[in-house]
Order: sequence, then C-alpha cells, then structure tokens
Amino acid sequence: MRARVNDFAIKLANVNGTGSASANGLMMQAIFRMGIPVSGKNLFPSNIQGLPTWYEIRVNKDGYTARSLDYDLMVAMNSQTYARDIREVHEGGYLLYDSSWPLDPALVRDDVNFLGVPYAQLCNENFRDPRERILMKNIAYAGTLCAVLNADMDIVAGLLDEKYSTKKALRESNLRALRLGYDYARDHFQCPLPFHLETMNANSDKILIDGNTAIALGCVYAGATVAAWYPITPSTSAMDAFKMFCEKYRKDPETGKSNYMILQAEDELAAIGMVIGAAWNGARAFTSTAGPGISLMNELLGLAYYAEIPAVVIDVQRVGPSTGMPTRTQQGDILECAYASHGDTRHILLFPANPAECFELAPKAFDLAERFQTPVFILTDLDIGMNDWVVPRLQWNESYQPDRGRVLSAEDLEKIAKFQRYTNEDENQVAARTLPGVHPKGSFFTRGSGHNKYGGYTEMPDEYREVMDRLARKHKASAKFVPTPIIQRRAGANFGVITLGGCDLAVREALDRLAEQGVLADFMRVRGFPFDETVQSFLEMHYFCFVIEQNRDAQLRSLLTLETRVPKEKLRSILVYGGFPLSAKHVVDGILKALGEVEKPALASFVPMPELQIEE
Amino acid sequence: MPSIAKPIATHPSLQRNELGLTIRDYEGAMSTLCAGCGHDSITAALVRALWEISVQPHMIAKLSGIGCSSKTPTYFVNGAHGFNSAHGRMPPIATGANAANRELIYIGISGDGDSLSIGLGHMCHAIRRNVKLVYVIENNGVYGLTKGQFSASADIGTKSKKGEKNRMAPIDPVMLGLSLGATFIARSFSGDKDQLVPILKAAIAHRGFALLDVISPCVTFNDHDGSTKSYLYTRQHELKAIEADFVPPASEILAHIGKNGAVSVTMHDGSAILFKGVPANYDPTDREKVIAYLEEHQGKGEVVTGLLYVDESVPDMHEMNHSPDVPLIRVPYQKLCPGSAVLDKLQEDFR
Repeated sequence: MRARVNDFAIKLANVNGTGSASANGLMMQAIFRMGIPVSGKNLFPSNIQGLPTWYEIRVNKDGYTARSLDYDLMVAMNSQTYARDIREVHEGGYLLYDSSWPLDPALVRDDVNFLGVPYAQLCNENFRDPRERILMKNIAYAGTLCAVLNADMDIVAGLLDEKYSTKKALRESNLRALRLGYDYARDHFQCPLPFHLETMNANSDKILIDGNTAIALGCVYAGATVAAWYPITPSTSAMDAFKMFCEKYRKDPETGKSNYMILQAEDELAAIGMVIGAAWNGARAFTSTAGPGISLMNELLGLAYYAEIPAVVIDVQRVGPSTGMPTRTQQGDILECAYASHGDTRHILLFPANPAECFELAPKAFDLAERFQTPVFILTDLDIGMNDWVVPRLQWNESYQPDRGRVLSAEDLEKIAKFQRYTNEDENQVAARTLPGVHPKGSFFTRGSGHNKYGGYTEMPDEYREVMDRLARKHKASAKFVPTPIIQRRAGANFGVITLGGCDLAVREALDRLAEQGVLADFMRVRGFPFDETVQSFLEMHYFCFVIEQNRDAQLRSLLTLETRVPKEKLRSILVYGGFPLSAKHVVDGILKALGEVEKPALASFVPMPELQIEE
Repeated sequence: MPSIAKPIATHPSLQRNELGLTIRDYEGAMSTLCAGCGHDSITAALVRALWEISVQPHMIAKLSGIGCSSKTPTYFVNGAHGFNSAHGRMPPIATGANAANRELIYIGISGDGDSLSIGLGHMCHAIRRNVKLVYVIENNGVYGLTKGQFSASADIGTKSKKGEKNRMAPIDPVMLGLSLGATFIARSFSGDKDQLVPILKAAIAHRGFALLDVISPCVTFNDHDGSTKSYLYTRQHELKAIEADFVPPASEILAHIGKNGAVSVTMHDGSAILFKGVPANYDPTDREKVIAYLEEHQGKGEVVTGLLYVDESVPDMHEMNHSPDVPLIRVPYQKLCPGSAVLDKLQEDFR
C-alpha cells in the first residue's frame, strides 16, 4: 500500500454504555490538536447500554471531512456487529480486534489485514476493578491507534491530564491503559501503517464544537432571557449547554441573581406557550426541540403567527415520522416547519450548515422574530447538533445591538392619540406593538380568534382578509432579511446543484470530485425561507438542477416548486434519508447515475426522471 | 362587566379608589354571554376587587384559554392587557409572561373544560411551579359553546339538559390542588359576591398560585332539575365553611383579632387574611385538617365554600429561580451579552 498521510477514514464499532465514547472523542480531539482537518461522526443507538454504536473518524488534509464510507481501518470491538463491520473495510484495509478470544474463521477475509491485541487479557492483568477492566479496554485501543496511526502521544497524554486534572487515580489508570495498547502495537505491528497522521497547522484558528453547544451560546449572546423546553433527543444538549453558559455568564455580578429563567415544561405544547407568553411581554424567548415536539407545538405556532408574537424555535431534526429513530439524523421537518399549524400559515426558516452557523444564526433568528413579530425556526439536525465539528473560531461583533423590531415606548405612546395594534404597518408590513405594563395607552387585546386590524374581535370576511393578506405580504417581505444562499459557480457548469444545512460539506466535496471527472456543476446552499431573489435567479440560470437533501419526500424540492416560479420538471432529487450523515459518495453516485440515464447529447434537453433514492 | 350599556359620563358622586379611579374604570366591554350567566357575576366581583385594591389597570394582564369563561377577560378592565389564547393553554402562556415580567398582576380566567380536560396537565404544572397568578375556574360542569356536553367536573348522577346521566367521577379542582401542593385554594359561588370579592383580593396578594374554583351556573345548559351545578342546587347545598376578610397592608389588623375562632394569616406582601367563624376542627393553614374537613362535608353532599387553604411559606417561581427583583425584560442587554473577550476566552475549552 502506498503511504497516505493525513487522508484516511477509520470506523470504530462498540457497545454503547461501555465508555467507548470518551476514547473515540479523545482520538478525534488529539488529531484536531495535531492541526489536521478531521471529523467525528457518532452513530449511536437510542439506548443507555448494550446496543451497537459506531464512531467514524475521517482525516483529510484538504479539508474534506464529510462522512467517508470508505474505511481504511475498522476497530471491531463489538462481537454483535462483527460480521457486518468486517464487510465494510475496503480491500487491503485493516481490522483491529480483541484477540483475547480466537477469531471465528468464518469471519476472516483474505484481503484485509488483521491486527489482534488481547485487550481483555491485558486489562484483566493490569486492573483489579471489574468496571475499570471494561472501561480501560477503550483507552487501550486508543493507545494502539496512537501507535499505528502515528498520533502524538504527548498530545494524547496532555488531553488525559486536562480531563482528569482533579482525579489523579483516574488519570493514572487512563495513562497506564493507553500505554498498554500503545506498547503492544509497537512490539507486534509495523508502526505506523501506510496511512497515518503527521502534524499539520490547519487548526490554529479553529475550534472543535457541536452545534447544540454553539446554538446555545448564540442564544446567550443574543440576549435570550427565557427558555422553555421539554427534554427530547437530539436537542437536549442544547438546553443543557444554555443552562451551563447561563450559570457561568448570566449570574448578576453584583447580586448573584439569575438574569435568565429556564422552564422545563410539562410538554412541548407548554414549552412553546411559555415562549409566546414571555415574548408577548417583551423577552427574547426560545425553545429547543425535535420533530415530535414541533408536531405538538403546531397549535400555538399558529397563534403566534396570527397574533404576531415573536418566538424562536430550534428544531434539531431527527428521523421521523412518529418516534422514528431518535438518534439518527434527517432533514424531515422542512415542510412541517414552513407551514406549521392549521389554517393559512407560513413561517421563517433558517438552515445552518455547521456549528459556526448555528452560533451566527441564533441572534439572527431573534432579530427576525422580533422584526417580523412571528415565529422563526432554526432547523439544524442531529449530525450538526450532536457531533463535534472543526469550525473557524466564533467571532462576536461588539457593535451588535438586538433588533427589537417595532415596539412603542412610553414616550411614543404618550405622543399618539390612540394605539391600534395592527395598523400603520411599515414597508415590511409590520405594525408596531406595545408591551404590557409600559403605558396605559398601550393596552390591547391579543387574540387567536378572528380579529380586525384594530385587534378587535371579528367574524366579518373583509376585516379578516385584510389582516390575513397583510400577513402574507409580511412573510414575503421577510425574504430580503433571511440569510442569502451560498453560491459557488464553476466555469463551464452545465447544471446546478442545490442543497441545505448539514449536506453542505458532502455536496461540495462531491462537486469537486465530479469536476475532476469533467462533470461541472454550480452549487447553491439555501440558508433561509422565504426564498429571496438570489434563489429564484439561480433556478432560472440553470437548465436543470439537482436538489440534494436528507428526507424521503423531497421536501426542499417541494418548497422550491411551491414558493418560486421554477417549473417542477427542472428539479431532480437525490435523497438520502436512512439516518446517517450524508457522504460525497452518495452525491457523486447519484448525480452520475442520473446523468448516465440521460443520453449524452440530451444533457441540454434534460428529461425529468423519477426520484432517485440512494442506497446507503 | 356590564350586561347593559352605560353612558360614557360618570356621575360625580361615584366613589374613587386610592388612584382616583371609579369602578367604571375597571369595567370592560359588553358581555356577550347569556343573560343570567354566572360568569358575568364573577366578572363583576373581579371588577370590584381590582378597583378596591387600587391597581393601575395597565399593570394587569388578564389571560384566558377558550370557552365561555375565557371570553370574559374582554368584559373587565378595558385598560388591562388581554390575551385570549388557545384551549387549555393559558397556564403556560401566563407562566412565560410572568417569567418575563414579574411586576404585572396576572389574572387567569379558565373554565372546567379548559382547566380540567384539555389543559389539566398545564394547570397542574403551573400549580407546582407556584406561578404568581390568580387562577379562576368558572366551573359550570358543562360545555356551553358546543351546547351542553358534560365536562370533567360534572358530578356522578347529574343530568344533562337532554336527560342523560353522568356516570363518571368528577375531577375536583380543590382536592386536586391540595394533592398537588397548591398554596392558595378557595371555592366560591358566582352568586355570592360578598364572599368572592375578599377572596379575590386575598388571591391577588398571595405569594404564588391562587386557585379559585367558582361554581358558576350555566343558565342555558346546566340550570335544570337534576343538575348539581344549578343556582338552586348550589344555594341549597352550599356550606359557607369559612368567612374570610382581606386586610390590606396599610390597615389596622389588631382590632379584628381575638374574636372567637378567628385565624389571621399574614400574606407575603404584609397584608393579612382574617378567617372568621372558623369551625372548631378547621385550620386553613393545616392541609391534612382541610382535606379531612372537605371529605367529611362533601361526602354529605355539601358544597363547601370559602377560602379553604393558604400556605404563604412556599416561594414562587421567581424566588425559586433566584430571579432579580426587576423584571427580566428590564435587565439591560449589556448585562446579558458576555461580549467578545469572554467568547475568545471560553473557546479555549473547545480546542
């Protein structure tokens, strides 16, 4: 095998609840600290202990760190999935296993190199506590990985020092286990393997962070004071992080009081209700949830839309429908969020692609919610929310001031004769609101029932329509304020590729690979809804476009056909929705297959074909 | 409340409260409920109570869900901020509103469908959080707007207007509140303004969640023979267990004490409730005794009314949260945003 430096992928197969996550995270972080572009994808079950779990690490000096699917090394530590795991190693690749027990000959492959280390035996000999014997096996294989992949042991040991700075005994055990695995490999294998690590300097301006932590931090910086939620995978860690940051940065330095309130609601119906109540009173308030929570929130989202009350909803998408697969990723809530609630409703959506954008778009969501007095959704997903990503260091612009939208002050109210809630709209169709308790003239009656532009109850068709029509215009006007798409043109491109959110890295990598083969495409990643004119013109300038997304029903494509002037036939879907993050391979295969189905000269007169679902 | 239109001009002899406002300043739009509806009497009691304690109208937030009862916030205190939300969802909305601004007086108006069926869970959790909120259940045992279905508070054996008998056990908000650790529980009758007004005033002064179950007959769908929520039935079976007077902080309290059987409870804001004519085995601050008393008398078919239970020792939602004294909405943004230097520093943990 030809030596490959900083360009490989490994997969680790474990049993969940055995402590493998910290060993896997340790490896990933060590590679990050070596200055090498890296990603880690945790493919975990909805379970506390005993079910299969995988972790994938991709190292790529050029920064292609979407999921790989092409594994050079399998760390096979779960006998339940062994048969499946061994099949996934590519020809000539390696498999690391626990050789304390003989390998089932039926599972051996001639074209794969087997590296056996007797981890159970080593740990039994070196550790006395039964729990420790299990936990330390993980650190021991991390030690082996350091040896075979040429990881910097000083960095790994340093990470253990940081992690266990206050737990001396644990630190000592971990270092010992690390050494056991490392020494065994050095004594028995040729180290390093042909593919391995070498220190780079690509990460000096980067951090390693998950999207849920980043979005929570964004909410702190945006000035959110009220957060209401109901625990749900995969969004729980967002509120955990918000709480952690608030305890650190939101205790009043003079009084020690909490300049925030986090309400763990009885359900998601209540959570959104609390957000609406708080926002009605003028607080920046948000909830974090997942698809099942959005389903429950539908009722009150319609109230917020119709009564024009700001609300920020973070939806960390997981696999639906119903309970679906709570620990798997998908982009299946696009349409649900775009039109949440009964009757005619339309909402503003933001689609961050990575944790850095989660941080950046959180204050934007509050600004939009208050500017347009309406719910705003931030749609992330499990892959963005729960996996650690290498992203540029987060920046904060000190000149940022929250856009509180049109809110009348006591002085404003003093000057006017009479306040009427839904009148005097500005160029964006937004009418000024008042906050309770500010001034006697500001009082009005908020209602989800039929109301006229004065806020009064009505059942009259013309009065009802007047308000509803303005709401439609208001939603349209917000298109100019949502983040504009990211577009990358390529000279000679003969079609477009459209995607959103966490598909970003995989799709851009795929387009680079296709370009190497002479297949040239322009790229657009939409970042918000309603779509602005940039989206419209991208659609117009291409004869046809692929729409790549992670759901079965082509939801982004549907939204594009519903909400732009693009003819449906121009859009061809590539759909990957099994629950694991997207890989460039899915996209390359999908596009080549689709193009291959068209006769070559017909590229210019592309004929639409049925939806393409990619084998995962 | 008015159920009749009144002239805009007020008579000079109308009494004024400490703010110089007349009772007319606490009234709302014309009621659209049926003539004789118990809810209108509750509205009238609210108007009086709010006027008597001299609250600035715009410092009141009146919230409701959906149903006949939930229409009533329109009928009192025009100058207050109103929020007619969704069926059963008023408690979370009031909770969020209170979280953001603890300075307003929150009046939540609900009904038995709103509170005991679709929003039962929300009410229970608002009680647990001890949100400072006057929570009035205008309880008529029936769904009025959808024309006469039994609600969850309908008693066993009670008959609908069409003659159907209810066989399911009722949910009793008073007993429920006691089991959930509610800190202020009262039951009253819409037809008894003398009892209701002081209870409402005490509820407003209460430290946390004040649960008021007010029997409020539905003249259209539940005021017939065989109903246990009719005017006649309630008047015949009402047991006024406890008379309570509300004494604002500025008043002389001592004068009333010493009366036979009287109990005085000091409220968190320094005001007091005087319980008069309290039965021998009754202590409105002793949960177990209250439960025993209610079970004994309700077992006899009596509707026990009065301010039944008070516990001023439990902190409200904000106290539990260690919230600042100023409302969260008034904490300046500079205090909320940790700034770029902190961001730079904290990112060292993400290396």
